[in-house]
Amino acid sequence: MSNTMQSHIENGQDGVIFEKSEPGRSNPCQAPRAVEGSPVIPASLLRKTVPMLPEVSEMQAVRHFTRLSQKNFSIDTHFYPLGSCTMKYNPRACNTLAMLPGFLNHHPLAPVETGQGFMTCMYELQEMLKEVTGMQAVSLTPMAGAQGEFAGMAMIRAYHDARGDDARCEVICPDAAHGTNPATAVMCGYKVKEIPTKADGDIDIDALKAAVGPQTAGIMLTNPSTVGVFERRITEIAKIVHDAGGLLYYDGANLNAILGKVRPGDMGFDVIHMNLHKTFSTPHGGGGPGAGPVGVSDRLLPFLPVPMVGFNGAQYHWLTKKERPQSIGQLSAFGGNAGVLMRAYIYARLLGREGMPRVAEYSVLNANYIMVELQKRGFDLAFPSRRATHEFIVTLKRQAKTLDVTAMDFAKRLLDYGYHAPTTYFPLLVPECFLIEPTETEDKATLDGFIDAMAKIQHEAETEAAMVKGAPYTLPSRRLDDVRAARELDIVWRDTET
Amino acid sequence: MPFIPHTETDVKQMLASIGASDIDALFDEIPVELRIGILDQVPAGLNEMEMSRLMHARAAGAQPLCFIGAGAYEHHIPAAIWEIVTRGEFYSAYTPYQAEASQGTLQLIYEYQSMMAHLTAMEASNASLYDGASGLAEAVLMAVRANRKSKSKRILMPATVNPSYRRVVQTIVENQGITLELIDYQHDAGCIDLASLPVEPGDVAALVIPQPNFFGVLEEVSGLTDWAHARGMLVVAVVNPTSLALLTPPGEWGEQGADIVCGEGQPLGVPLAGGGPYFGFMCCNLNHVRQMPGRIVGRTVDADGKPGFALTLQAREQHIRRSKATSNICTNQGLVVAAATLYMTLLGAEGLARVATTSHLNTQQLSEQLTTIEGVEIAFASPNFHEFVIKLSGVTSDAVLDALLAEGVLGGFNLSADYPALGEALLVCATETKTTADISAYRDALSRVMQTLKGGAA
Amino acid sequence: MSNAPSHLKYAQSHEWVEVIDDDTYRIGISDHAQALLGDMVFIELPEVGQALNAHDECAVVESVKAASDVYSPLSGEVVEINETLEDSPELVNRDPYGDGWLFTIKATDRSELDELLSADGYIELNSDSDD
Repeated sequence: MSNTMQSHIENGQDGVIFEKSEPGRSNPCQAPRAVEGSPVIPASLLRKTVPMLPEVSEMQAVRHFTRLSQKNFSIDTHFYPLGSCTMKYNPRACNTLAMLPGFLNHHPLAPVETGQGFMTCMYELQEMLKEVTGMQAVSLTPMAGAQGEFAGMAMIRAYHDARGDDARCEVICPDAAHGTNPATAVMCGYKVKEIPTKADGDIDIDALKAAVGPQTAGIMLTNPSTVGVFERRITEIAKIVHDAGGLLYYDGANLNAILGKVRPGDMGFDVIHMNLHKTFSTPHGGGGPGAGPVGVSDRLLPFLPVPMVGFNGAQYHWLTKKERPQSIGQLSAFGGNAGVLMRAYIYARLLGREGMPRVAEYSVLNANYIMVELQKRGFDLAFPSRRATHEFIVTLKRQAKTLDVTAMDFAKRLLDYGYHAPTTYFPLLVPECFLIEPTETEDKATLDGFIDAMAKIQHEAETEAAMVKGAPYTLPSRRLDDVRAARELDIVWRDTET
Repeated sequence: MPFIPHTETDVKQMLASIGASDIDALFDEIPVELRIGILDQVPAGLNEMEMSRLMHARAAGAQPLCFIGAGAYEHHIPAAIWEIVTRGEFYSAYTPYQAEASQGTLQLIYEYQSMMAHLTAMEASNASLYDGASGLAEAVLMAVRANRKSKSKRILMPATVNPSYRRVVQTIVENQGITLELIDYQHDAGCIDLASLPVEPGDVAALVIPQPNFFGVLEEVSGLTDWAHARGMLVVAVVNPTSLALLTPPGEWGEQGADIVCGEGQPLGVPLAGGGPYFGFMCCNLNHVRQMPGRIVGRTVDADGKPGFALTLQAREQHIRRSKATSNICTNQGLVVAAATLYMTLLGAEGLARVATTSHLNTQQLSEQLTTIEGVEIAFASPNFHEFVIKLSGVTSDAVLDALLAEGVLGGFNLSADYPALGEALLVCATETKTTADISAYRDALSRVMQTLKGGAA
Repeated sequence: MSNAPSHLKYAQSHEWVEVIDDDTYRIGISDHAQALLGDMVFIELPEVGQALNAHDECAVVESVKAASDVYSPLSGEVVEINETLEDSPELVNRDPYGDGWLFTIKATDRSELDELLSADGYIELNSDSDD
């Protein structure tokens, strides 16, 4: 890996696309023919300067962006054990079949009779997601996990409001929650109350009991939790919150660990969002697009975001605010990230009912295997008394203290060994942590290679710490100066630059 | 097993290492009463060949000639774009948390930000938001944060903004005490009447200005911008990116330019695909950049002093600011943005201007032809970009659209539900993908349909 | 342990207060706080003339890895802000008790000073959480 990357750095082809631009170069083959006639638009509304966009040939563009792609780690090229992100293999068939012209050319506002094949897929996906989550209904429309969270909390608010229960102003979040949880609660007009996690990784039930009351709108939980363990007293937690009149929100970030084994609906949750780019293997795409469908219990049924897909026995059709007047409303201009939903649908059908529990089983097997093997090689686990779920946490606090080699240094050195780093410094409550999630699609030899690399870096940290602290050495860039990036903000290329 | 590489030997060795008897033992912390059996409602798995056959059948069917726009536009997408975008290195990478291992994605976003800033004539751009509608909601939230002079949470929202966008903004901002006050439009011109705006609107955080507006009509953006600025409001521009090759960019509206620019990025190389994934773009000037939601990439240097790229201004974001973040957004629409970046690169300013001009002229041609038909008239005598509204007399829009579909034409978007004052009206679009023959085909079909329907009614 | 000059008073939320005269006080963040936050990249200050209550959020110090609210230790009116921080936020790292001061306040309730910690008390507070 390092050799091919190195050659790209050194051959002088690395500038930004604007540096390859020359006035007068164009791609007439990709643009429409020049037409006669001038715009019927008053001069005062017309643009007077030509925007600075690149002027390059098609080949220059293709080469530039192909080379850029080669500077990325990706699942297709590297083991990518990024905890909480479920970087599993994205089957090619999902992409190929979702990009059939009949789907790509379908205008979202075209009459439903022209898109029945597409609508069938959406309806069946709703039904399958209901089944795997144990919820009463599903809306596919949220465009990412964070928007699913927003929809979930907005529904909880709509539920309390509809009952005239307007004193509920607080949402409880564990201190280990994803940062989106508190941010979402605030977007829905709630105050956030944090409760602590105990040393064994479970929620502090006494703190929860003390925290709930008539002011409690709900609790936001991830289970398995963000510290990589299953919340064992979940049924009791559900009872405490429900008894106080609050609702339970399930952050589906870690659904991969329990797919086909346990269902959030059975645990007592009222609303769940799913990250289809995690559990249902749609591409992460360098940071999106995602999809964050939401499922609900009976209580929240009327409030689901629209549009949803309905079926009247003869035809699939959209359900809008007209049919669902209590809905929290629309979250996107159209129906959401349809192309992502199509990929998830295809993946779910390829797995089928027998393939879904296997996802949980083998992702948990892989995680426990790495966990035990790293422990055998002397690494400290954050929760040594617990089983791993699909992920687990190693803490490098001891290395940071005794060798001055931090989790960040380990992460950067792993890149030199050809492994993407695990999630670092999340959750915040475990110092110098690595959150490691191998996923079910990795084979044992790859896991062994990663374990060996970790052991080698540990040895390097003990013998040549300065070298580790300078890593990486073999990538397109050495460590980047992010202080300079923030202080001397350069976020737009200007033609004065050289 | 589908997508699982383990052999029996692997599993045995791994379980032995863990000290577990079988895989099921690894789930022993989950209470037994919560465990489930078979997922009855999920069908049995298909193999790739079976799935392929099923999906080809579902994707089959005639493709009618599309004259619908209304927020999603059919444009030619150069072949190179999705070939490159779906390369595994872009397709299966994640958010660039490890900058050294993500220089490809990071540089691409930097180039995207640069292109969007140049196109809108603004100083800064983020790495994108989910779509145009939710992007406008984020812009409204940002305007309330950024307007330090205003204590109010009032937003002026013209009725000429896409009604779907207005509904999305309502959903997203209503729990934060923000109120959207509707501004009516001139019913003969189809745009905001500057003269009818109040001289003293009171304390308002921002005015939203669409260009072109939902009817395809061009607003008097400079006058509106100056009116808003003179009253302490920020200006949020919602624009079509294709049109910016032709129209005054928001950074140059009025004396000072718009403050926040957002819009739907789909026209830039993204397929219609039933409504998504698309992307929302957002730009602003540097004075407001810390209030902007979403990821931002900066150019910096590495330990050897070589140029490189990294996420920057991250302290605004939810994983650090948690409940005080500018937004709960934690992704962008990475892959779709890659497509847009390639699109702008391949077309360049000249190519984009040709797309804009051809679409505009095709639309003029179509509107001239359709209005030769009896019972069809242009709703607004105002300059437009690549959409226009026709009013129909003696028929219902629904009946016309149904009959056109039977002729193989998607005739437009029915405005009657969102704008009852217009009566029976359609919003029609012709982009550069429409030939003279396509335009004639629509005219002929509509002509027949009008005759038949009116004849039937008589 | 980072330093905490003995002539200053400290809030538990890591702000320091220096007496300028009878009712004017200078406020900044402690050496301990700047070290925890790391390299500063941006400081958002209150406006001159702004009225503050004790414990109000009144400024934001932003580093590469964190953004932290600054709470006013005292009630009163902001009379001066350190404008050099706009271009040189690193002063908060380099000289937290000197050139890296944040703002000056004209206090309305001197008794609030009694709620603040001495340098020894502040050092002791941080030694608990420091390991």
